Amino acid sequence: MDAIFLQILNGLDKGGAYALIALGLTLAFGTLGIVNFAHGALFMLGAFCAVSIQALLTLSKKVKDESITFFDAYKEQPYLEIWWGDIGTTIIDYAVPISILAAIPLMLLIGLSMERGLIRFFYKRTHAEQILVTFGLAIVIQELIKANFGANPIPTPAPDIVSGSAKIGSALGLSDAIVYPWWRLIYLSFSVVVLAAVFAFLQFTTFGMVVRAGMHDRDMVNLMGIDVERKFTIVFGLAAVVAGLAGVMYAPILPPDYHIGMDFLVLSFVVVVVGGMGSLGGAVAAGFLLGILQSFASMNEVKSIFPGIDQIIIYLVAVIILLVRPRGLMGRKGVMED
Amino acid sequence: MLPKKITDSELSIVLIFSAVVLTMPIWLAPIGAGYPDLLQKFAIFGLFAIGYNILFGMTGYLSFGHAAFLGVGSYAAVWSFKLLTMNVLPAVVFGVLFSGLFAFLIGYVSLRRSGIYFSILTLAFAQMSYNLAYSVLTPITNGETGLQLTNHDPRIIDTMLLDQAPEGLPSTVLFGVKMSGYPGFYFCALILILGFFIALRISRSPFGLVLKGIKSNQTRMKFTGFNTRPYMITAFVISGMYAGLAGSLMAVTDPLAGAERMQWTASGEVVLMTILGGVGTLIGPVLGAGLIKYFENIFSAFNDKALHELFAFLPDGLENFVVTVVSPFVGEGWHLTLGVLFMIIIIFLPGGIIQGMEKINNRFFKRSSSAKSGSNES
Repeated sequence: MDAIFLQILNGLDKGGAYALIALGLTLAFGTLGIVNFAHGALFMLGAFCAVSIQALLTLSKKVKDESITFFDAYKEQPYLEIWWGDIGTTIIDYAVPISILAAIPLMLLIGLSMERGLIRFFYKRTHAEQILVTFGLAIVIQELIKANFGANPIPTPAPDIVSGSAKIGSALGLSDAIVYPWWRLIYLSFSVVVLAAVFAFLQFTTFGMVVRAGMHDRDMVNLMGIDVERKFTIVFGLAAVVAGLAGVMYAPILPPDYHIGMDFLVLSFVVVVVGGMGSLGGAVAAGFLLGILQSFASMNEVKSIFPGIDQIIIYLVAVIILLVRPRGLMGRKGVMED
Repeated sequence: MLPKKITDSELSIVLIFSAVVLTMPIWLAPIGAGYPDLLQKFAIFGLFAIGYNILFGMTGYLSFGHAAFLGVGSYAAVWSFKLLTMNVLPAVVFGVLFSGLFAFLIGYVSLRRSGIYFSILTLAFAQMSYNLAYSVLTPITNGETGLQLTNHDPRIIDTMLLDQAPEGLPSTVLFGVKMSGYPGFYFCALILILGFFIALRISRSPFGLVLKGIKSNQTRMKFTGFNTRPYMITAFVISGMYAGLAGSLMAVTDPLAGAERMQWTASGEVVLMTILGGVGTLIGPVLGAGLIKYFENIFSAFNDKALHELFAFLPDGLENFVVTVVSPFVGEGWHLTLGVLFMIIIIFLPGGIIQGMEKINNRFFKRSSSAKSGSNES
């Protein structure tokens, strides 16, 4: 029982990341009809946003190390500490949460310029060409990051205050053995909040209503004198922000390197397919579902029966779904079913 | 299914192609590509791209999983070296057979869907094979280290024929001729010519016409009474076998196999080769493969020092500026150039170099483009 509960928790935070990325993918597909292979790169850019903010905050200069008196020793001390003392240290400690604030406008800008600069020329081209051009873009972004930050993962720790583990076991009246890192809990709740915000935005605002109408019947909305393309562009920017935020928050869990985006992209695409292309609810549900399935598959008990199942479970599920129910779990009937 | 007679035009195309390929060491020498390692790569990746084009170019199905077949071919070839003999012929045969079998399994499932779903299915299968090769299948694939020859491999046939065990690691041979350097290149080149000939025959056969029909309108093909599925599976298996052939040739020229050959970025590379040269044309993929491998070779060799020498004629300030701008694109950053090139080709020239040449041709020589056969109509 405890083990099962723990595995579900384990799966949920990874599932949260899948859901956030897949939501953006499926939004782009549902609105603009674009298959965006560069979406993983946006996730990575978000993570590197956290890395850069951290690097910016810890800009240091060499000062004399007073604690060593035998000889002249020097150490790096961040400017922020020199200027503001303890407050500066705290600010550095909170680098990741601060990057969220920076990431929102930045990712929006990147998303909008990506759509206006490249994607809009590909509305009318085939899916194959869309895949290929965004694949090329993903390589370009990835290599630029590699050129600037190197090929090694860069640790970006979460604030000290949440670095420990939460004793959820005792809090919920289960075994005390169930402990869970605070940051992963935060990630989970963060992703739920972001997902809820996106859904609320699409469900309860006029803008969202137009977007939903446009997803359903684009030409009709156009005929009513609404510039759907413009709205969809903003939706693409929104999708970029969501992917970027997922990346920022994931940086403390997995130190980002340049190919983190590609790794997540392939899985998120599978998530979208399982959920149903263009279905928002499907993407979210499938994201969490596959996250949990994956964490169950990596249990030792399961692995001893089916060796290697943890590596392939997600792909296996996708293959089965595509063959049995091609429109995905919650896909609309008739959308991309052949 | 194939027309029996080889027409004169086919014969002349193949003869010209063979002449060009076999004289590569001579005419590529002035541009610094006339050494066997690189020439072998030209031939191997040319084959890979020709095979890929049979699927993507003729039927329009975008597979993102062909690297898996390349990997299977490599593994099968190395196992043949380890267990049976160092002769390359069985290795190549096993590579083709196993990858063909593997392609049949994957194709049988993946071809139930078309369009983007097909791409994602093949991608999923390729990633599955890659992950398994790294983890559970370690006894077969030797995991991260990669499969290599060792001194205590059984090599049944070789030990039967030869009494004394050779010292050190044996090298791959074709009836006594060592398959490294130029002999290795000529072996690959002969297979490339054979592969090109087969692809030429396929594209002009009724079977090839069916594939092209599937590309332009699969639904209509079905309405006219064609069961397109067996044709698609055959095309998929053939192109998988080409990939396996290329993979086994890689093992022939350098007898080791690693899982990184199966990664999906490797599949992306062959897509790029095919598109750069010209999708749906016969010679395009070979051209694209050669160009990419050639520029990879040149660009990766550059470093900052070489760049400074190259731009030394510029004034100092400007020189430093140019070097700073260019340096991320060369050396380690060759993939960046590749990505940029990829985007430019897809945005401006989806038909690749062949289409570009046709455009120039039409522009300046006012010939009708419809007369050209085998070109991409998009």
